[in-house]
Amino acid sequence: MKHLIYLLLLWPMLNGAQDKISGTIFEANNNNQNLPLAGANVYWLNTEIGAVTNLDGEFNLPYNTNYKKLVVSYVGFKTDTLTINELKPIKHWLQPSDNLDEVTVTSRKRATAKSFLSATNVMTVSSDELLKAACCNLSESFETNPSIDVNFADAVSGTRQIKMLGLTSPYILIATENIPTVRGASQAFGLSFIPGTWVESIQITKGAGSVVNGFESIAGQINAELVKPTTDNKFFVNFYGASSERMELNTHFNTNVSEKWSTGLYLHGNTHNQKHDVNNDGFLDMPLYNQINIMNRWQYTNPQKGLVSFINLKFLNDEKQAGQVDFNPDTDKLTTNYWGSEIDTKRYEISAKLGYVNPQIPWQSVGVQTAFSGHKQESYYGLNVYEINHNSLYANVIYNSIISDSRHKIKTGLSYTYDHYDEVLDVDNLNPNYERTENSVGAFFEYNFDNLEKLNLTAGLRVDHHNLLGTFITPRFHARYTPWGKSAFRASFGRGKRSANIFAENQSVFATSRSINVLNNSGEIYGLDPEIAWNYGLSYLQGFNLFGRKADVTLDFYRTDFKNQVVVDYENPQEINFYNLDGESYANSFQVEMNYNVFKGFDLRTAYKFYDVKTDYSSGKLEKPLTPKHRVFANASYSTALKDDGKQWKFDATYNWLGTQRFSSTVINPTAFQLGDRTPTVATLNAQITRVFSPKFEVYLGGENITNVRQDNPVLSADDPFGSYFDTTFVYGPIFGSMYYAGLRFKVL
Amino acid sequence: MKKITVIAIMLLATVTFAQSKNEQATIEVDGVCMMCKSRIEKACLATKGVKSANWSVETHELKLYYNAQKTNLDSIKTKIASVGHDTKDIKATEEQYLSVHPCCRYRDDALKDEHKE
Repeated sequence: MKHLIYLLLLWPMLNGAQDKISGTIFEANNNNQNLPLAGANVYWLNTEIGAVTNLDGEFNLPYNTNYKKLVVSYVGFKTDTLTINELKPIKHWLQPSDNLDEVTVTSRKRATAKSFLSATNVMTVSSDELLKAACCNLSESFETNPSIDVNFADAVSGTRQIKMLGLTSPYILIATENIPTVRGASQAFGLSFIPGTWVESIQITKGAGSVVNGFESIAGQINAELVKPTTDNKFFVNFYGASSERMELNTHFNTNVSEKWSTGLYLHGNTHNQKHDVNNDGFLDMPLYNQINIMNRWQYTNPQKGLVSFINLKFLNDEKQAGQVDFNPDTDKLTTNYWGSEIDTKRYEISAKLGYVNPQIPWQSVGVQTAFSGHKQESYYGLNVYEINHNSLYANVIYNSIISDSRHKIKTGLSYTYDHYDEVLDVDNLNPNYERTENSVGAFFEYNFDNLEKLNLTAGLRVDHHNLLGTFITPRFHARYTPWGKSAFRASFGRGKRSANIFAENQSVFATSRSINVLNNSGEIYGLDPEIAWNYGLSYLQGFNLFGRKADVTLDFYRTDFKNQVVVDYENPQEINFYNLDGESYANSFQVEMNYNVFKGFDLRTAYKFYDVKTDYSSGKLEKPLTPKHRVFANASYSTALKDDGKQWKFDATYNWLGTQRFSSTVINPTAFQLGDRTPTVATLNAQITRVFSPKFEVYLGGENITNVRQDNPVLSADDPFGSYFDTTFVYGPIFGSMYYAGLRFKVL
Repeated sequence: MKKITVIAIMLLATVTFAQSKNEQATIEVDGVCMMCKSRIEKACLATKGVKSANWSVETHELKLYYNAQKTNLDSIKTKIASVGHDTKDIKATEEQYLSVHPCCRYRDDALKDEHKE
């Protein structure tokens, strides 16, 4: 009897052994639809038994238990082999073969990565990208990035000024390791105080940004993550020399002091002592300078207790000399012998961070950050003297956790800032001394929802009490929605508020003969009101495959609307006027960017940008001066396959085209000192070749502005710098022309 | 009596401890790709009481944090099976398994190999 049951049980199988197998083949698609595939080949592996699917995608095949592997193939689709263990109807989806690369191509780390997932429009620039333009400090790190524009601020200081969404850097919150650093007194030159080799990666957030780091950001946030003693090379040296006789030296030493403590010492020095005057206007094309910059970091890591801590000490001494070629500071300082300028900056920073992650509950963490900085700048521009002392304290406590589960994350905390500004001026029309203290206490809360698939949103709110700005609320919101594969729609809005340091942010006005006027006197900050703006943004990112290679395209639209702005009015060539906005001021920016991996190792990045930045000046609504309406950007990079011994070639080229820019009005000047309405267009090309000899050693050679484009007359009234038409602020393009450089990097891993 | 009380208290303490609000567990779940990861984690988090779920594509290990007073491993595994993914104890039914996207059919060896490439 028992045997009979066994036999009965076995019966269907034995029976099936002589049976046929049937099934349907479909075309794979994102919507899980049943799209039958007619004409597909279906056969048993290593046999001649096969069939072709009919119009409905169906097939029938003889089956016996020896047949295990069923091959399904069709031109234009990926061939699949199915393992058949039992006899039952088969449904199988074939993948179109152009999706093939996505699976087989080994994913490579991209130098600049756009997030498909986060709610904010954030871009991470890795150290690989930073190496593409080897020089030299944070202000020059954005040359290969289309989202950030790098301009020259004036013809004297040689400082590069960055812009985002058509707005200058004071409207961008610039932080190192989430502690706002380039602000207040260091606004004008602060980016050049962060050496490029110290930067591990940069995160660029377009739009309002997070509430965690304060209320000041309006156009966006830039955060530079610095190298860390435990992850940086044990020893690193970088030497750079340029045809302009600019030299830079960077050395890093990192060591473990004990099991839990490590320390790193980072030294940077740069010098430029050769006078250049390519355009023969009697003025130096770039300043002479010396900088010494030292950082010492201590890192404590205790994974058992979930503790990480950093203590940083930084010291900077920077000296610049600019002006006429024959100017000698020893004999000509503050005289009318020759026009000259010196800017000496000393800055120190002490910061400490402590992070605790509950080892049992990884989503719970607490972070404490404190930073203290002292910044002292002594300078004169011709006969104008400007000194600023800025002491700043920043403290922030953040608690991270979840509500019910990890789809709902929260960040909440408190922050405190203290800033003391003491400015001493010897400038006609202005007070000899401006002193003010600002302090603020704030609380913030940020909620993030991620449904792990289509939707991710971050909503943040902070309330601050500020002694000069009052008590106010800062809301910020970001959302990302992914309706289909490889896409991201983003929307954001947010508010920002700040006090404008009119002199520190606009130091180039001292290098003119303009009379400087502050037209309001009822406000708390130089008589002016705080700046308030709302930023709204929409963005669409789509990844796709073009001829089987990865590509993505981004469309961005951002608008910044000022409720109040401290208008910097250059429209009278004899004056510079600061006053509160009366009317409207906005910056619209549209950007389309495309990235394409043309073939293995070759990446192409192209972008077009359109800016519409207008302000109601007292003379009427005008386009913001020296801001191009149109900009085209292209970057191509190619690297050969990395050999086993670590040898590699890397090539990189960046092309920039700027449309015409409006000159602020000069019509009331005598014709000799008048400029046209608009600047010519400017196109520049930079290129660099890097030869990696081994993981330890590489050399690079590059050229900036290879086509030797120059603005011929950057200084107005250069012959008579103490006359009433002298002006160095009409700068729209390179002054020096082409420059070549070479350098090496050596590291002990 | 005293002894019993002590034992009872100790047991109670143990039980309370076992029913921790942040119970941790690591289980193996079958799957092949990032889509599976999203599906598995979503299913876990949709179970009331699960606080965090993290599935590794490489190791197939699912790290779970859950409130043991509100849920248990079996109901989480049942939930995972209901979206088509197998665990050692609870297998997805054929119907549940077929509900996953065709590219995620992890029971198919050939398909597994493709993902390894």
